[in-house]
Amino acid sequence: MTTASVPPAKAEIRNLSFSFGRTEVLKSVSMPIADRRVTALIGPSGCGKTTFLRCLNRMQDLHPDVRYTGEIILHPEQINIIDPAIDPIEVRMRVGMVFQKPNPFPKSIFENVVYGLRIRGIRDRATLDERAVQALQEAALWEEVKDRLREPATSLSGGQQQRLCIARALATKPEMILFDEPTSALDPVATAKIEELMTSLKNEVTIVIVTHNMQQAARVSDYTAFMFLGTLVEFDRTDTIFTNPSSSLTEEYVTGRFG
Amino acid sequence: MSHDIRMQIAGNKRRDRCFAAAGLVAMAFAVLILLFLLMTLGVEGGRRLSWEFLTSYPSRVPSRAGILPGCIGTVLVMLVTAWTSVPLGVAAAVYLEEYAPKNWLTAAIEINIANLAGVPSIVYGLMALGLFVYQLHLGHSILTAGLTLALLCLPVVIIATREAIRTVPLSIREASYALGATKWQTVRDHVLPYSTGGILTGVIIALSRAIGETAPLITVGALSFIAFLPTSPVTAEPPFLSLRWLLDPFTVLPMQMFNWVSRPQEAFHLNAAGAGLVLMSVTLAMNGLAFYIRYRTRRRIQW
Repeated sequence: MTTASVPPAKAEIRNLSFSFGRTEVLKSVSMPIADRRVTALIGPSGCGKTTFLRCLNRMQDLHPDVRYTGEIILHPEQINIIDPAIDPIEVRMRVGMVFQKPNPFPKSIFENVVYGLRIRGIRDRATLDERAVQALQEAALWEEVKDRLREPATSLSGGQQQRLCIARALATKPEMILFDEPTSALDPVATAKIEELMTSLKNEVTIVIVTHNMQQAARVSDYTAFMFLGTLVEFDRTDTIFTNPSSSLTEEYVTGRFG
Repeated sequence: MSHDIRMQIAGNKRRDRCFAAAGLVAMAFAVLILLFLLMTLGVEGGRRLSWEFLTSYPSRVPSRAGILPGCIGTVLVMLVTAWTSVPLGVAAAVYLEEYAPKNWLTAAIEINIANLAGVPSIVYGLMALGLFVYQLHLGHSILTAGLTLALLCLPVVIIATREAIRTVPLSIREASYALGATKWQTVRDHVLPYSTGGILTGVIIALSRAIGETAPLITVGALSFIAFLPTSPVTAEPPFLSLRWLLDPFTVLPMQMFNWVSRPQEAFHLNAAGAGLVLMSVTLAMNGLAFYIRYRTRRRIQW
């Protein structure tokens, strides 16, 4: 396994192993996550990339009987976010997530965007309005929905719903956003919009994306990690992974010979 | 060759038609019985139905007897039942579905709740007599009756609420948790609001069954001939609300029916049919409301 070093890291994963019950799904994964860059996780189905992603905001704690060992150090405070003493809710307040299938709440567009603020106790109308507009602008959705904020979110198209979910995650100003195959349920046009959006967001926020689509990883990411059977095979700059990988397994995967 | 195939198909189709005919007969049988029931009730009870019938007290003279105490009693008992069984049932269901760990204990509780829904109502009546009347000294009162029927409704409300809660997709819960919401925030802001339709439907169906219950109320001592009303819940002096009615004796519509049916005079049987018509209309209206709520939420909430 090779691990390239990255300029300032937002997080560092050290020897992370993770199990559901007795099944070990991640085996001693170590890699950095670069601050305000896009890091892609690629690998065949079942390689543990989604499991890994969901460790980064402790979503795995929603399942019974899970076990973490190792460390996930979040900068700048250098806290280990999988330490049992750290409340998963605190981690989720700092690390946002966008899911595979758009999952807006069956509420109005506005209520979707501000929900994260509401659970943080923000009630002031002006603040909510201002943050909602800002988040929708950042998610490149504002122009399409500015006249219909009171309409149900489910009236939007699939691609718009996914951008709404991104706006919902952005509204709380997270330090890192996790994307779990965010475009796998979308058509090519909607996919292109989301990819463009990620590129524009990376100046503000650290992004980690799981994708099945290698072209997507090559297009949007700065760093790529290739995982296989619960282990990290290779982590490097994206152009290196795709043009000059050091592992033959990585090469076979990125050239489409398996997976 | 093709002749054989045609013979085969003709035979298959004959059996198909046979089953369709048998099914039609079975369905017609059920519908006809229901129609017959409604007709007799309508024809017999309809003759007695009038404003006086609804607003008079029971009487020894059948033509002057009415169902006012029964109506008021039914409404008040149902209020107590709804006010107790809904919060308890919904809270229990939310706990089981969202908070409780999934292990053998919760599985056992789940099975027992399903069993409770099948326990004969008279058994609830016996238990309520022991608990509410003898142990807690609540008397043969509206409160006792309401709580008894609440026990009866509770398993149904729990089961219906769990079903409704389960229709909220995992992805919605995950969206909420991923933003940093606690379980309670997720339940309060998402799970309950999105399943309100299903919960209300279950509650209404449970209540519409409880409204016709007679056996457990006889057990806890409902009166069958009553010539007065419970204390009014609204008073002229402050604080304008009174809870005295909770401990008043009462009767309910099915009790009134039961009383009239058990009399020899034909005219009282007509009164019973009249009361039955009122009870049935209320039940049908409640079921209609449940249907409407389900229809509306299905249109309003899409994932």
